[in-house]
Amino acid sequence: MRDQSETRTGYALLLPALGVLALLALYPILALCWLSLRHRILPFGIDEFAGLDHYAVLLQTPRFWNSLGVTLYFVGVSVALEAALGLCIALLLARNFPGAGWARALIILPWAIPTVVTAKMWEWIYHPDFGVLNYLLQATGLVSAPVNWLGTPSLAIHAAIVADVWKTTPFVVILLLAGLAMIPPDLYRASALDGASPWATFRHVTLPLLRPILLVVVLFRMIDALRAFDLLYVLTGGGPADTTETLAIYTYKILFQTLQFGYGSAIGVVMFLVVTLVSLLHFWVGRADFRRLAGRAP
Amino acid sequence: MPHVRFDRVEKRYGDKPVIRDLTLTVRDGEFFTLVGPSGCGKSTVLNLVAGLEPVTSGEIYFDDRAVTHLSPKGRDVAMVFQSYALYPHKTVFENLAFPLRVRKRTQAIITHEVRRVAALLGIEGLLVKEPAELSGGERQRVALGRAIIREPAVFLMDEPLSNLDAHLRVRTRSELKRLHARLKTTTLYVTHDQEEALSLSERIAVMKEGSIQQMGSPLEIYRFPANTFVAEFVGSPQINLLSGRLSWDPAPYVELGHVRLALPPVPESPVTVGPQRPPCNVIVGIRPEDIRVLATASPTSDFASVISVEPAGGRSVASLRWGPHEIRALAAGDFQAAPDQTVGIELEAARIHVFDACTGRRLPWDGPLTPRAGS
Amino acid sequence: MTAGPARQAMLRATLALVLTWALSPILWQALTSVKPDTELVILPPLLPAQPTLAHYTVLFEQHPFNQVLLNSFAVAGLTAFAALALGTLAAFPLARLPIRGKLLILGVVLGCSLFPAIVTVGPLFIIIRALGMRDTWWALIISHTTFALPLTIWVLANFLRDLPEDLYRAARVDGCTPWQGFTRVLLPLCRPGLAAAGILAFLFSWTEFLFALTFTATEAARTVPVAIVLFPGVHEIRWGEIAAASILVTLPVVVLVLIFHRQIVHGLTAGAIKG
Repeated sequence: MRDQSETRTGYALLLPALGVLALLALYPILALCWLSLRHRILPFGIDEFAGLDHYAVLLQTPRFWNSLGVTLYFVGVSVALEAALGLCIALLLARNFPGAGWARALIILPWAIPTVVTAKMWEWIYHPDFGVLNYLLQATGLVSAPVNWLGTPSLAIHAAIVADVWKTTPFVVILLLAGLAMIPPDLYRASALDGASPWATFRHVTLPLLRPILLVVVLFRMIDALRAFDLLYVLTGGGPADTTETLAIYTYKILFQTLQFGYGSAIGVVMFLVVTLVSLLHFWVGRADFRRLAGRAP
Repeated sequence: MPHVRFDRVEKRYGDKPVIRDLTLTVRDGEFFTLVGPSGCGKSTVLNLVAGLEPVTSGEIYFDDRAVTHLSPKGRDVAMVFQSYALYPHKTVFENLAFPLRVRKRTQAIITHEVRRVAALLGIEGLLVKEPAELSGGERQRVALGRAIIREPAVFLMDEPLSNLDAHLRVRTRSELKRLHARLKTTTLYVTHDQEEALSLSERIAVMKEGSIQQMGSPLEIYRFPANTFVAEFVGSPQINLLSGRLSWDPAPYVELGHVRLALPPVPESPVTVGPQRPPCNVIVGIRPEDIRVLATASPTSDFASVISVEPAGGRSVASLRWGPHEIRALAAGDFQAAPDQTVGIELEAARIHVFDACTGRRLPWDGPLTPRAGS
Repeated sequence: MTAGPARQAMLRATLALVLTWALSPILWQALTSVKPDTELVILPPLLPAQPTLAHYTVLFEQHPFNQVLLNSFAVAGLTAFAALALGTLAAFPLARLPIRGKLLILGVVLGCSLFPAIVTVGPLFIIIRALGMRDTWWALIISHTTFALPLTIWVLANFLRDLPEDLYRAARVDGCTPWQGFTRVLLPLCRPGLAAAGILAFLFSWTEFLFALTFTATEAARTVPVAIVLFPGVHEIRWGEIAAASILVTLPVVVLVLIFHRQIVHGLTAGAIKG
């Protein structure tokens, strides 16, 4: 019954969406690559070919390497914490206790709040003089003097990581809860009868079956964290002393503060390559699981 | 091997009772089956024995040891699940080895035991495969192997054959019987398939809505069903149940509307006899296999008209109109008859069952029903 | 296999801890928003002695916050609508029609959602400036829709795939064209999926910051996230008002989440699980 009308209708229906995407998503990527090969400074109307000059400069700029390092550190620590914490919380919420539905709904809230609001909230909590964190720490005697969380170079990135983990752990929890729900209950019963302790059950039953979706979640979170902009822009603006300047912030500053669209685009291209690399690495590490997800034999 | 004793065990979910006042003993080394329709509570009984769910009241004993509050690990039971519950990311070898690994046996012992059990079940060739690569029958054997390898005190089996196709089911039944004869482990088996229950077990308990309707050997349950539910549940094709009226003149007879059935004076029922009763409404049960279909009516036989005939290989099931009743009877495999054709039928009088029309309980036709001691 | 009473108590305590951790920053901000200025700068008292709505009123009287809120609602609403419309149209062929290169198209669509937005903001800025759309709703609607599209397509395609195949075939046999089969039979059954995709698209647009920051210049088109960040105040930061604005922005989100949390979870987990 597969007649031509289905194929024609199909392409016709796809066209608007694909058109929008091609125009406003794909084209800018190409434009980005194109721009990165040019000197383009908007207000001065400069627009000339630059070849790979920008890339050469990039590789020799310490500020670039700093931003790359900050980005990888931020991503690594955040995602690791979110995965571990998210797993524990998901295991906690997976049981059916009275009020479980409410708990699962409430846990979504930190994720749904606009990131800039999260940033402002934590900025206020971290405030050296009026912030409630310093107040609590001093009241319980854990510290003696107010700590400048966002202004101290070694602390700022970690303060940002805490805020990011707070905001995005719910996303991990939601996906892991769904994954846990898919494990057949008979397996837990069989394991109990075989005499396995709760920890052994976790290692031999829960974790292996959770691995595919854990990989998916970690992949999503890594990609999200790599392009994190909102939180850091508002919390620290990249400071103090560039200790929280990720690739995204670095790119933004170059683009919109110095208006060097060519150089800024080059950084953007590098960011894009890093994201792609991480994604490919991920797919390779979890290739058996992803193939199973897609319905093919591992 | 312990015997398993239930003492007034009850299970409720909130206000809803699922198991009512269960008292029975599974003997040492016995193959005991719980059979009943879905939702009657039979799987719950297994969960209670395994320790996977707590009892609401009552006690469970293994020999004289109360296990009611022990964890599953402490009870030393093994269970074969309907879904097999094989660990999907482990090989067959690792699935079999898991119970031993958890008990920290040495690798040498584990390897030896796994190979021994695999040989017993004929699955040596599958040891390196994963469950996803196995057929249903193979998975079932691995599940059995995982239960056997621990040499537990009690086997629990929760409808282990229901996911197999018909031929495989019959073959596996006889293998289970052979295994049990060899291992002699106390086994509690649960199924909704009455044919399976009859063929596998030493003793059966028929369950309905949480309580046991009748307990006994397969032959007892089949020949002397305690009530209409058991009579209908056991036996295929299903028993014919007809309403009628029981009277004495003075020999007992049943009025079935169009015909009067004389009942033999000496019932084979193992119930004690008592004084005669006044006429009462009854339900008469007669199994299709106890009705003989004759191609033509003879002077001594009764007659009925054919509604339809369903051939089934070596025998046929004939639906007949007998007076005001519609009944089914077994006939020879090559039996043929047209609709509305008249045929003769003969009933085995000794195989007629009589049940009280109000309670559904079995009546010995010359006295009140007295329960047999010890059942 | 229920836990013993001691274990249950411990689990409940841990749960309380987790919920406290998740919700207390929000509660603290809510408390901050009703504390008068004088109380903001003194702690210990954690709770406001004289709660006031002054900060909220200031938002509407001294800053054009209602304009900003209107901008956000309009942009998010229209984005959700556009993303749903285009996304549904695209999801149907991807889920049900014989299109060549389906996997490739899906891959490209998913790939677009993985772009760092910062990567496209430069070229997009140039385009928008050239079209004279800077500082208008349209700039945001277009850019938001573009990046909400992969999400809606993904959610709806998965949803359509989960509907029984026979429904569409029955419609075709009854004489429907593919389009009619889609609009008359499948689409009405899609309501949960549409809700999930629409809410996720709305949330995405409501909370989006980078494009809103770059493409708007004045309150004419500015959305709430940007307004919060660019709060006026050179010598002193108006924490009370910022908190009030934060709560105002968060309220619609809280309402949506509490009512539609099942749809949100459904949308997020669609396709991530082999269903």
